[in-house]
Amino acid sequence: MTPILEVHSLHVAYFDRQGKLCPALAGVNLDLAPGEILGVLGESGSGKSTLAASLLRLLPSNGIVQKGRVLFEGANLLEASPQYLRKIRGGRVGLILQEPSLALHPALQVGQQVSGVLAAHESFDRRTLREKTLQLLASVFTHEVERISRSYPHQLSGGQRQRVLIAQAIACRPSLVVADEPTASLDPSTQLEILELFRTLTRSLGIALILITHNPALLFGFADRILVLYAGRVAEIGPTANVLASPQHPYTRALLRCLPTPLSGERSEHKVRLHVIAGDPPDLSLHARGCRFEPRCADRMEICKGDEPSSAAVGEQHNVACFKFAS
Amino acid sequence: MHPLLKVEDLVKQYPAGRSAGSKVKLLALDAVSLSIAQQTTLALVGESGSGKSTLALCFACLEQPTSGSIFFEGVDVAALPESELRSVRPQVQLVFQDPAASLNPRWTTFEILSEPLFLQRSLAKQNRNNTVSQLLDRVALPRNLTSRRPGELSGGQKQRLAIARALALEPKMIILDEALSALDCSVQAQILNLLLDLQSSLGLTYLFITHDFSMAAQIADQIAVMDRGRIVESGTVHKILSSPTHESTRTLLAATPRFPTSPPSQVNP
Amino acid sequence: MHYLIRRSLHAVFLLFGVSILTFLFSALTPGNYFDEMRLNPQISPETVAALRAQSQLDRPLPVRYVHWLSAVAHGELGFSFAYNSPVGPLLWARARNTLLLTITATLLAWLLALPLGIWSASQFGRAPDRVLSWATATLLVIPDLVLALGLLILAVRTGWFPTGGMISVGFESLSPLDKLRDLASHMVLPVLALVLSALPMLVRHVRASVAEVLEAPFLRAALGHGIPRRTLLYRYALRTAANPLISLFGFSVGTLLSGSLLVEVIMSWPGLGPLLLEAILARDLYVVIGCVLLSMLFLVAGNLFADVLLYWADPRIRTEASAK
Repeated sequence: MTPILEVHSLHVAYFDRQGKLCPALAGVNLDLAPGEILGVLGESGSGKSTLAASLLRLLPSNGIVQKGRVLFEGANLLEASPQYLRKIRGGRVGLILQEPSLALHPALQVGQQVSGVLAAHESFDRRTLREKTLQLLASVFTHEVERISRSYPHQLSGGQRQRVLIAQAIACRPSLVVADEPTASLDPSTQLEILELFRTLTRSLGIALILITHNPALLFGFADRILVLYAGRVAEIGPTANVLASPQHPYTRALLRCLPTPLSGERSEHKVRLHVIAGDPPDLSLHARGCRFEPRCADRMEICKGDEPSSAAVGEQHNVACFKFAS
Repeated sequence: MHPLLKVEDLVKQYPAGRSAGSKVKLLALDAVSLSIAQQTTLALVGESGSGKSTLALCFACLEQPTSGSIFFEGVDVAALPESELRSVRPQVQLVFQDPAASLNPRWTTFEILSEPLFLQRSLAKQNRNNTVSQLLDRVALPRNLTSRRPGELSGGQKQRLAIARALALEPKMIILDEALSALDCSVQAQILNLLLDLQSSLGLTYLFITHDFSMAAQIADQIAVMDRGRIVESGTVHKILSSPTHESTRTLLAATPRFPTSPPSQVNP
Repeated sequence: MHYLIRRSLHAVFLLFGVSILTFLFSALTPGNYFDEMRLNPQISPETVAALRAQSQLDRPLPVRYVHWLSAVAHGELGFSFAYNSPVGPLLWARARNTLLLTITATLLAWLLALPLGIWSASQFGRAPDRVLSWATATLLVIPDLVLALGLLILAVRTGWFPTGGMISVGFESLSPLDKLRDLASHMVLPVLALVLSALPMLVRHVRASVAEVLEAPFLRAALGHGIPRRTLLYRYALRTAANPLISLFGFSVGTLLSGSLLVEVIMSWPGLGPLLLEAILARDLYVVIGCVLLSMLFLVAGNLFADVLLYWADPRIRTEASAK
């Protein structure tokens, strides 16, 4: 199947306060099939939010795309006109940014905010617009749709706000939704509900989803494929089961070992120290040669200091950027 | 063992916000009783709004309970007048979820760490320098960070700094209110290890508040599950995990994200 | 509604406070209206004393204040010595003219400041924004007095606009439409002076608040939803930036009012300004107090209006207020 989204060699950087360029993404490649769920896994500073923002050219004013291509449904969004881009945003690609408490306008009723997205892409008369809005809200809320439509964001719970954001993202039946940490601030049970809602909606509407998170546990049993970002580079990409059950990149392996022991009644030991990754994440403003994970890597080799590894296949659809697998 | 902290029938009511007349009271804590033995960790697990943080504030003597007693080392601190609370408060310290919000962004690391010392007792400048260095060592922060401000630190470093500040007054107990929730997995592991090390070296007692059962199971001796202002179930980690009796415990356990049953560490490349 | 009632009560207390203070200060100033009569050999000291007694100027201050308060309650504001008539009707006619000037200037200033400020913010840091910032900064440093005099000179040189007064001679005989046109042409100069003095501050505030809001996550989210630029700026951004701006609105009424008093004197507009000036020079006590109090009333009304707007614009204030 032809992919709906292809990202080729994306380089993004930010100007710091001294006016120096700090790279945030360096050569990210990815592709996404229609209806596919891709989990992007990365810790803070890995560039995962930069990736979400640069796809739709929503970088903050000090960020620039240095090179690369973002092909969405055949057109390069990085060279698209502002008019075309506006139609794509919210129209063909739905977006959910971090922090549901901050992503909604505090002084507008949520119904108005959902209908705002509809009205931005199609012209409806007032009544149709209202009906469409309520229909959308009904697809994410089971009851009290009318009341919620008239509520202001501060009157809703975190989970409810997240549902409104989802309604906004799917309002115009996009073919892709990009969600950046959509469940980070929610309770575990709410988190589960939201993920479930994502799954049913994307499946029933045939929407592809890029879910960005720092929590590997969320992606298990949810994403079709996982992309692991480290220091602005794709460390590993592959089918979820493979990446989580038998991670190949030393960083992915180390990251997954950091997680607490799975819950079970039989466990006898507790208060045991967890595995950690030695050292700190790299400072991307400093220029360095070699693999970015090399200083913290347990399997480092001589070659890792001098060169950056390129991506190598280790299995079906499973690629790893590490010299251990270089042919 | 003698409990360090013991609460009996703790009730906290707030005047309800929305309805005018405010005759309806919001029951944040509903007859809460529990105890924490010295040098152990009690994990308080519950959803947001279950009253966990209110309980923490009562423990830290920052909120006055409506009724009930809080025995800290055998003394009922809920009945103490404000003037005497001042000597109790330093012994119970709080660390919050968002270190950025609890650290003054305009202060340097040195100022943040030396301020509690300064308030508590007059220390010579030399002594203060030493104490600050010691504190940084304890939480494994490099000593050259003293002139940095919170904005220049990473999330993990900020949380270490918040822990160091809590340690500055040599408390007996630290309340960790979702202290790991906002951190990345690898940083969570580092901080969790740090907390375990500090507990064994300094003999600290922890109240670990969280909504994440897997973290609670990792760090705690005892778990208490809270729901709508009540402790619905409590016991050893083993007991709660193997035979949860209350409905909300089961719900919380079910909602904890599961992971591949074979831990990745056992798979060979 | 609790919130608005509270604000109104607050305003009433404020007015009381101001009236007491004005009385106190007027008592501190040396001399009174009748002192100059005493120098006049044609008026006997007995007459002066009688006049003083009649106007109660020989009574102690608290008594005078209470007396004055009861007069206010009857819709009067004391008695003008110079005009030999109650202050009330005298003030109302003048106040109407001042209000006409101030309200027109306030509306015009805001109608210009909002689009200019928003546009400037959306161009933040780029050339058009810098040019506008430079222009507002220049306007800001020119004192109001110089500005008004400059406009006056311009008008005299070109003869485009009448340079003083509110109506032309023979106003009464004009048709209603011509009356309006005549009034408008007289208003151009003073309104222009007022708008130019207030505009730079307003533009800069609008620009700053909107520029700050433009960085907010929910605007980035709205941008990500493809909300058109105009909607984004005028509906989403302005709505959020509105709170500080509404407070500024109340404040701007005050600045424009005090500016108006000055401009009226320079351009001989028959408002409160010239009246106040004359009254102060003549020590016409109750006229001074009346003018000060009336200006205060307008100011308070402006702020109260801002509070109402705030209440309407921010749902969080509404819920907070209904919770109380």
